[in-house]
Amino acid sequence: MATVTLENICKSFGKTDVIHGVDIDIADGEFIVIVGPSGCGKSTLLRMIAGLETVTSGEVRIGGRRVNDVEPMDRDIAMVFQNYALYPHMNVFDNMAYGLKIAGKPRAEIAERVAGAARLLQLEPYLDRKPRELSGGQRQRVAMGRAIVRKPAVFLFDEPLSNLDAKLRVQMRLEIRQLQRDLGVTAVYVTHDQVEAMTLADRMVVMHAGRADQIGPPLEVYENPATTFVAGFIGSPPMNFVPVGLVGLGAPEGTVLGIRPEHVELVSGSDRLHGTVVYAEALGAETLVHVRLADGTLATVRQDGTAPTPPEGSDVGLIWAEAHQKLFGADGTRL
Amino acid sequence: MSRRDGMVERRGWGYWLSHAGLILGVAFVFFPIWLAFVASTVSQTEIVRPPMPLWPGDHLLENYGKALASGVNAPVALMLMNSAIMAIGIALGKIAISLLSAFAIVYFRFPGRKLFFWLIFLTLMLPVEVRIVPTYEVIAGFGMLNSYSGLILPLIASATATFLFRQFFMTVPDELAEAARVDGARPMRFFLDILMPMSRTNIAALFVILFIYGWNQYLWPLLITTDPAMNTIVMGIKQMFPSGDDIADWPVIMATSILAMVPPVLVVIGMQRLFIRGLVESEK
Ligand SMILES: Nc1ncnc2c1ncn2[C@@H]1O[C@H](COP(=O)(O)OP(=O)(O)OP(=O)(O)O)[C@@H](O)[C@H]1O
Ligand SMILES: [Mg+2]
Repeated sequence: MATVTLENICKSFGKTDVIHGVDIDIADGEFIVIVGPSGCGKSTLLRMIAGLETVTSGEVRIGGRRVNDVEPMDRDIAMVFQNYALYPHMNVFDNMAYGLKIAGKPRAEIAERVAGAARLLQLEPYLDRKPRELSGGQRQRVAMGRAIVRKPAVFLFDEPLSNLDAKLRVQMRLEIRQLQRDLGVTAVYVTHDQVEAMTLADRMVVMHAGRADQIGPPLEVYENPATTFVAGFIGSPPMNFVPVGLVGLGAPEGTVLGIRPEHVELVSGSDRLHGTVVYAEALGAETLVHVRLADGTLATVRQDGTAPTPPEGSDVGLIWAEAHQKLFGADGTRL
Repeated sequence: MSRRDGMVERRGWGYWLSHAGLILGVAFVFFPIWLAFVASTVSQTEIVRPPMPLWPGDHLLENYGKALASGVNAPVALMLMNSAIMAIGIALGKIAISLLSAFAIVYFRFPGRKLFFWLIFLTLMLPVEVRIVPTYEVIAGFGMLNSYSGLILPLIASATATFLFRQFFMTVPDELAEAARVDGARPMRFFLDILMPMSRTNIAALFVILFIYGWNQYLWPLLITTDPAMNTIVMGIKQMFPSGDDIADWPVIMATSILAMVPPVLVVIGMQRLFIRGLVESEK
């Protein structure tokens, strides 16, 4: 229930610069997912919003108020950590109530708020248990409960689902989204899993080496990647990159053409581009055909599972609709 | 099937052998204590006449009553109390101080942090006996001779315990401290609400060791307590030993020795239950 604004945020640890100027405007009630490869500075950025890390330069504003020098507890945020960080010696109730106790809330109100959160998260049968007596998913819920009871303006999540198995991850993903909608809280969510990013985000921030390469709604980012990095990071299998020379397109030196695997079709007569089939992965619903092009680059073609698969070693042609191709300059940005 | 039987049989052999060995060892260690106990339940004439009795006599209550009510310089009951106060004071003081200094060293970045750590570590190499003369000077200067604070204070700095808690705190995940910070806990609150309860297993184990360390102190109390009312039990036993041609009242001395052993044993038993529970519940 507050906006979050990051203005030209930089962060250095000693002499190493980790974040090089990030600007993000987060609207009230928006679900923002920060996604990027390991070590690109996602956690650092989130921790600066939380106040666990100092900001080297730039400004963090929550609800319009500059919070650079405000302690975490006074920022009206709640954070869910990757390893949950539950207090091991306290039972579930006390874990959730601890922040309220410190804030000096009356006993009755604490009990009521914790009960409310426990009901919402189906934790009622476990209130007396210690964290070690809970499953991973239940611990995850307790960590969420601890965030909810404080009724913060902003939720911060740092890879909250990465310790869960695949099935539970899908379920918790839905629950988190549902919860955030119901409570109408602004959320900033860090992950390196692009499926989580695509499904959860109102807008996603794709980070690359301390910079926000692109900010936008998931489908928009998928359709119109701003850089080769974003194009290669979002989407699985990633976008194919072909040097323009190979397709005979008149463009400056170093320009590459990007085309998504699902937009490419295999034809027998070689046309614009051709190569040899290296191998094909049949996944049931779809088949991924890997093709080695004339200059040695590998390209992937995603075709329907029922379509005939060309045998390994055979020569194939690749075609696509002009509308789907994206051109990137030598510096990796979109032309 | 037969192979499995064979293994069971062989394990059975080892089982009984090792138990026999252990029982023998226990009996060997326990025998002198048994003799002391026997000696504390018979009369003086029975002790001095060989052979020494091996089974308890019927003077138990008489001997122990005599020991508790009267020692050589001070009644044993009083000395037991002095020892208990000193041992508990030393144990609790050492734990409190080392918890706090470990907390400071692990969680705060202050100038000279490394230096302080190494200073503390250095004192590991200086036992009480080495620094006993300057310590006496200081305590005398503060007028703390013949007082509980004089008995306790010089012994409560503990590098070992500080080091132990430091190692433990370093295994506590940083995220826990951060979660507490987001929850609004100031550093001391985090220390009291989170770190202390998490260290309770270590605290219990240390308490046992430090209590016994304090209980067995001999040289330091001997040096600074001239008032019989401040004597500790370990000193008291020594005072009861005959010097020159005196005749010793061995049954009473033995009763005193047995009494002196009881509190540490109780502490071990009581704390053992606590820290075994802590170990079983060991946290993730
Ligand atoms: N306290 C620190 N001191 C020095 N460098 C640090 C510190 N914390 C993080 N870094 C560096 O900052 C960079 C970004 O770290 P960060 O934890 O934000 O990455 P991340 O995007 O969250 O990665 P992951 O997905 O693996 O969690 C890394 O190169 C890391 O080595
Ligand atoms: Mg991270």
